Amino acid sequence: MKDISKSINRVDNDEKASGQAKYVADIKYEGMLYAITVRSSIVKGEIINIKYPNLPEGYYVVDYKDIPGKNIVKVIFSDMPVFTEKTISYLYEPIALLVGPDKEVLNKLLKQVSIDYKEDEGVFDWVDSVIHYSFDKGDGKKAFSNKRIIEYTYETSYQEQAYIETQGFVGYPEEEKTTLIGSIQCPYYVKNAVIQALGETEDNVRVIQATVGGAFGGKEEFPSLIGCQLAVAVKKIKKPIQLVYEREEDMLVTTKRHPAKIKFKAAIKDDRIYALGVFAGIDGGATIGLSGVVLSRALIACTGVYTIDHLDVSGDVFKTNTVPNGAFRGFGAPQMFFAIEMFVEHVALALGKDVLEFKKAHLAKQNDFTSTMGIFRDPILIPEMIEKAMEKSLYLEKRKEYDKPNSYKGIGMSIFFHGCGFTGSGEKNVIKAKVRLKKDGDLVYILVAAVEMGQGIKTGFRKLVSHMLDIDIERVIFNNPDTDFVPDSGPTVASRTMMIVGGIIARATKEVKNRWQENTFVVEKEYEQPDYIEYDEETFKGDAYPAYSWGVNIVEVEVDKYSYQVNIKNAWSVYDVGKAIDEKIVTGQADGGLAQGLGYGYLEVMDHRVGKIRQKNMTDYIIPTAMDMCPMKTYLFDNPYAFGPYGAKGVGELSLIGGAPAVAMAIEQAIKRRVHKIPVTPEYIMELIKNGEN
Amino acid sequence: MAKISFKLNDQIVEFESDLNRRLLDVLRDDFNLTGPKEGCGEGECGACAVLLNHEIVNSCCTPLANVIGQEVITIEGFSKTKRYEVIKNAFANTGGVQCGFCTPGMIIATESLLNKNPHPTDFEIRIGLSGNLCRCTGYNLIVEAVKEAFKVGEGLW
Repeated sequence: MKDISKSINRVDNDEKASGQAKYVADIKYEGMLYAITVRSSIVKGEIINIKYPNLPEGYYVVDYKDIPGKNIVKVIFSDMPVFTEKTISYLYEPIALLVGPDKEVLNKLLKQVSIDYKEDEGVFDWVDSVIHYSFDKGDGKKAFSNKRIIEYTYETSYQEQAYIETQGFVGYPEEEKTTLIGSIQCPYYVKNAVIQALGETEDNVRVIQATVGGAFGGKEEFPSLIGCQLAVAVKKIKKPIQLVYEREEDMLVTTKRHPAKIKFKAAIKDDRIYALGVFAGIDGGATIGLSGVVLSRALIACTGVYTIDHLDVSGDVFKTNTVPNGAFRGFGAPQMFFAIEMFVEHVALALGKDVLEFKKAHLAKQNDFTSTMGIFRDPILIPEMIEKAMEKSLYLEKRKEYDKPNSYKGIGMSIFFHGCGFTGSGEKNVIKAKVRLKKDGDLVYILVAAVEMGQGIKTGFRKLVSHMLDIDIERVIFNNPDTDFVPDSGPTVASRTMMIVGGIIARATKEVKNRWQENTFVVEKEYEQPDYIEYDEETFKGDAYPAYSWGVNIVEVEVDKYSYQVNIKNAWSVYDVGKAIDEKIVTGQADGGLAQGLGYGYLEVMDHRVGKIRQKNMTDYIIPTAMDMCPMKTYLFDNPYAFGPYGAKGVGELSLIGGAPAVAMAIEQAIKRRVHKIPVTPEYIMELIKNGEN
Repeated sequence: MAKISFKLNDQIVEFESDLNRRLLDVLRDDFNLTGPKEGCGEGECGACAVLLNHEIVNSCCTPLANVIGQEVITIEGFSKTKRYEVIKNAFANTGGVQCGFCTPGMIIATESLLNKNPHPTDFEIRIGLSGNLCRCTGYNLIVEAVKEAFKVGEGLW
């Protein structure tokens, strides 16, 4: 049989290329109304009074009073109202929807809404800790006494997902039912949130995925908020309604990557990092949402790809009066890997050691304990992967050449992993994924809630099933999930889709194969956690992830000696994702993730001033163009994971993680200064050249 | 309101409209041509790109007045051509399509580039695509797609 990794063309090329694919804004219904959002104009305080203009016939206000169920959006930590009733905790907090047939009229009406507030001063400093985690390993705090201590602090800023398609839903009533079609990653997150907000039964809420124009975590939990708002409007008005954000609204009010500040303290013994202290803070924004899970993923990754026997780790989520932060590809790992990769390098320099040799001496090996005393059970191929990346990029030669003074050229290498799937016991205790396959004559239907959002899962799943059954891919059907027809196989997040959901699909497919002579039947399978996985969320002890994907990035840059503009010249990546279900799709994920990681590292500036995000469109918030990016070479190592289909592990997030540290290290070499924060902008380079440490 | 007429996807269209309207809205709302997408609404992302007299423009920044008597081709019209087939196949073969939201605009940009320069260098390709944002691919495989397109489609441009 053919090697499954051998590429095929994606199944969705034709409809997307020809413009026939239907995204939310392309879906229209007879008599469809439009919704726009009334928002707060202060960052903190209370609403005293709202005066709406006289509404023409056919126009409506929908606010908290219209919510039949609970005025709380159901996410991991439920502290966000669907519509705020009184308390304002961030700028542009949603208060109501205005709904009607003409967008222009709605915009005019919006300007006439007047709101009186009792205003309070916003809190923007990171002082209000709402989640605190801590754990240790080995001797913990005691390991630091009587040792040489080296300390540095690293900072990362916001990052905006900048999916090219903004957030949106279309909703409509179907008899008793409220139905939403959305640009979403998690149909059942939305469904469960709407059930709670409407106080409805399961049967009366239906969520369907439209073609998704990019998501990157931005359409993980945020759509639950606007899905609830729209559902309330549909329930009240009983007409089809479209709620689609314009870019400015999307940039200003949707969730972003958490800014982070991470302080490390290394205790040195025998020229090695004997113990590591980690103190991490992330800005959760005005609501907690899933910030705790982001923090825990960051903390668990605190040693990077290195084994350090003694740890003292703590972290906080801080609440500030800023836009809530949330999921973004990598989920805490990009912040921590930037910090730890820089730190290990800076410690090596402080000790006068060769950076690469110092890192290699600390690399985790198979059967080593993880930061949480889990075990790296599978082989770790990092040494061979480093060799491959160095050979392809001529790393050593270039590293030497660019070390010359005033070269303004640099080459940097990052080494990283990503814990595949949910952290801890989430998969077993919370998600409990179900998968259904239906055989009907010649056809096999894949019934799962996983969404195609560009990552290629439609092709991946159809290929997986057709390959196992040895039938034509055209005979395997996988439509966009509709909660009326598919079971809850969990959200499309956490690099879990191929490894976890695909793993269950593979088990179901085996049964379909065994019963192939039967004409019509349905197979349903549930997630089974490998027995060796045990994790205690309270103490951070045990196997936090069933498997790890690994990566090495090498990035080459040139820095303009006058303008300090950074030019990315070349990039090489080596990944171990277990087994690629399709090489071309994995390469596409590798390139795209790296571009986002590079952008995070040197280009993408987002900040706020007294609670107002200052970048409100694609002109202010710069993401890489084709001119900013470079040729990228990707090499894959097979290292099959026993419970993934054909050995597949997580792919989606891994490739974003190494970009920022690799580009930061390349810039360090080019300017002969040490980098402590990202993005490394020309302004920051100028500051470093003046005052930075060589 | 004014009566206007222009050539849209090979047909002359005539209708009454406000000349200040964005071409993008006219295409999507009046003609149900939803291939051109709104990504930013200010000419940065190129998702709304169409061909105006065979050159790429952002339809979100093009007032209807600008197309009177001119020729507009959207992805729906362009997708009926042999050049499209070649470009589309190249995007498929290299892996240049992911979420697809930028893809119609990228294909229009490719056509506009190859129409002027049938044998672009890598650098010229990157300049040619630089008005179209893609957040999924990192552009690498799209650049490869354009290279494959003009090789396979030799003589078409």
